[in-house]
Amino acid sequence: MEEQSSAYLDHAATTPIRADVADKMASAAVESFGNPSGGHAVARRAKAVLEAARESVADDLGASPDEIVFTGSGTEADNLGVAGAARAARAAGRGDGVVVSAFEHKAVLAAARRLATEGFCVREAPITPGGLVDVDALGNLVDERTVVVSAMLVNNEVGTIQPLADVVEVVRARAPHAVVHTDAVQAAAWVDVAGLAAGVELISISAHKLGGPKGVGVLVVRRSTPLVPLLEGGGQEHDRRAGTANVPGAVGLAAALRATVDERTATAARVGALRDRLRDHLLEIPGSWENGDRAAKIAGNVAVGFDGVEAEALLVLADRSRVYAAAGSSCSSGATEPSHVLGAMGLDPTAAAASIRLSLGFASVDADVDRALAVLPPAIVQLRAPRGAGVGVGR
Amino acid sequence: MVAMSGGVDSSVAAAMLVEQGYDVTGVTLKLWGGDSDTGCCSASDTDDARRVADHLGIAHYVFDFTDSFHADVVDPYIADHAAGLTPNPCVECNRTIKFGRLLERVDALGLDLLATGHHARVELGPNGRRQLRRGHDRAKDQSYVLAMLGEAQLARVRFPVGRLTKAEVREHATRIGLRNAAKPDSQDVCFITRGGRREFLREHVGDRAGAFVDTRGAVIGSHDGYARFTIGQRRGLGLSFGERRFVVDVDADSATVTIGSPCDLLRGEISVRDVTFVDGMPVARIAAQTSAHGTPVAARLDGARLVFSTPRQRVAPGQLIAFYDGDDPEVVVGSAVAQ
Repeated sequence: MEEQSSAYLDHAATTPIRADVADKMASAAVESFGNPSGGHAVARRAKAVLEAARESVADDLGASPDEIVFTGSGTEADNLGVAGAARAARAAGRGDGVVVSAFEHKAVLAAARRLATEGFCVREAPITPGGLVDVDALGNLVDERTVVVSAMLVNNEVGTIQPLADVVEVVRARAPHAVVHTDAVQAAAWVDVAGLAAGVELISISAHKLGGPKGVGVLVVRRSTPLVPLLEGGGQEHDRRAGTANVPGAVGLAAALRATVDERTATAARVGALRDRLRDHLLEIPGSWENGDRAAKIAGNVAVGFDGVEAEALLVLADRSRVYAAAGSSCSSGATEPSHVLGAMGLDPTAAAASIRLSLGFASVDADVDRALAVLPPAIVQLRAPRGAGVGVGR
Repeated sequence: MVAMSGGVDSSVAAAMLVEQGYDVTGVTLKLWGGDSDTGCCSASDTDDARRVADHLGIAHYVFDFTDSFHADVVDPYIADHAAGLTPNPCVECNRTIKFGRLLERVDALGLDLLATGHHARVELGPNGRRQLRRGHDRAKDQSYVLAMLGEAQLARVRFPVGRLTKAEVREHATRIGLRNAAKPDSQDVCFITRGGRREFLREHVGDRAGAFVDTRGAVIGSHDGYARFTIGQRRGLGLSFGERRFVVDVDADSATVTIGSPCDLLRGEISVRDVTFVDGMPVARIAAQTSAHGTPVAARLDGARLVFSTPRQRVAPGQLIAFYDGDDPEVVVGSAVAQ
């Protein structure tokens, strides 16, 4: 890292890779370079490494190894889970209804909107002001025609843990043909996915949110959940995701997930205390507020807003002082797009544009909070200061 | 802070300031989130700007000003066209976005100066205040679209490439290894791409077909939409005459476009609104330039009347008129909008 002293508070965007994970990946890349689909000893060695990773992931997610599909990202897992299951169900004549929560990650929303263009009946379930999917409203949107319901386990912007078990219960009661998908990409670092998502058919996770590498994710696909693949070719991953397996990526994901699960309780307690200090001090600033129901949050999330402050400007000042945070979710151009999450929670556009997200993670330490608290309050004062006349041209 | 479009001018502007030792931060404005994404604010141009910033070793941000751009540039453009006016959205963008909201943001961030890739010069005048002068490359001079800036803005803006010719800008870009050295100049209005202006106006303005009439009111033909005609326009009329004919009037209410001869366009004076002077003080002897690369003509301002020294072609209502110093044709002294 180039930095002297800095505070990385964007773990919900991505995390630093764990040193032991990088080591294991490097070893796998060099020593297990074979194509696991082959038949000879080199291929078999790679296959053994891949399958060991698969078993490890299965253990940590409460699944069996044949239910683990390695993908190229969390986004691909979401796309495959939502679109793949919906297409397979419609092909089997089970229905054409898809229901997603309104503040899903774009990987789910975009897949659902793609399905709408294919003639599926897609509906979005509303979100409460506290940032939880409205289960009653969702229940009213599902019926015999519904084939896929997607509800994330933890929201990426406000960090709220969703009432997934309640969603499953209402879906089972009213939509006999529906499978449930959950985007657990933001959840896996903080909560027991195996337990909380035990009742759903499809679970997405991503390695790089856990101290693992970019470019690898997992979709858990329960047995007897048919899926139309997005990628076809050599029939890898039991015909659910073609392409030569990313063995180092799978090794990295498995190692990162294992480390995460092993230390999850301790990390949540330690980081939760850091988070509380950061949040409580920020909320002492006049004209500040918190986004999302505090009681439902994972330990790493601080979602706050400041009256009269444009988040876009605040993040520039933070960056210039080496405090790295975000507003909304990151988009490819680096622009801060209006947050559909905060919009779905009923925040007006001005409040949404005044909101930032500080996300802590396993790598966070006291000094990060110290630095953020040294930098952000004066930056907010600066941005609120009345500025000279003379700006504004003509008329 | 340097506003970087991804084009060669603003890239070289940033490079020059880095070379001059400034602490430079790049910014690209996201202005248009509509379905056309090939204009000056598209994702690929943002990538170009970011690559240049990386090459120069400077920070780069994207500011999403889409809401302001809609409210202050696109909506007025549509409303003006609907009213039969000829708006200049680049002028409005400079006024409200680049040297309005962005300059406010620069202030808020505690940065000292805003630079852009415009071909114009800001220099110290004899009275110790900043003045706006034409760009060194007369063919690329953009002082016209900056004429509504006041001294308060000029004191905080820089146009580093204004002292260079376009060829020199491209040479500079090549010399320091910028990949966009040969990138073509941007054309037309950035938020109108797919389908072109006629299609945009039809969709957003509710452009209506109507009649061509001569200056006596006799109908001489029909057109498929009044909003794409502007006073002084000669091409694209779809009418043939024995002599040169021009649009001399556009009436939005009746969708009528009046066609006449060059002498029907001549005016000894026009009325203007939104008069500005760079230094705040009226300047008596001015040369008025009524289009981006038009020829300035001597004039004087008498209240809301702009009186030309010799009659000249009528200016389409809504067009910016840049005032240059009658004693120094290089210096911008103010602006107004034609009524």
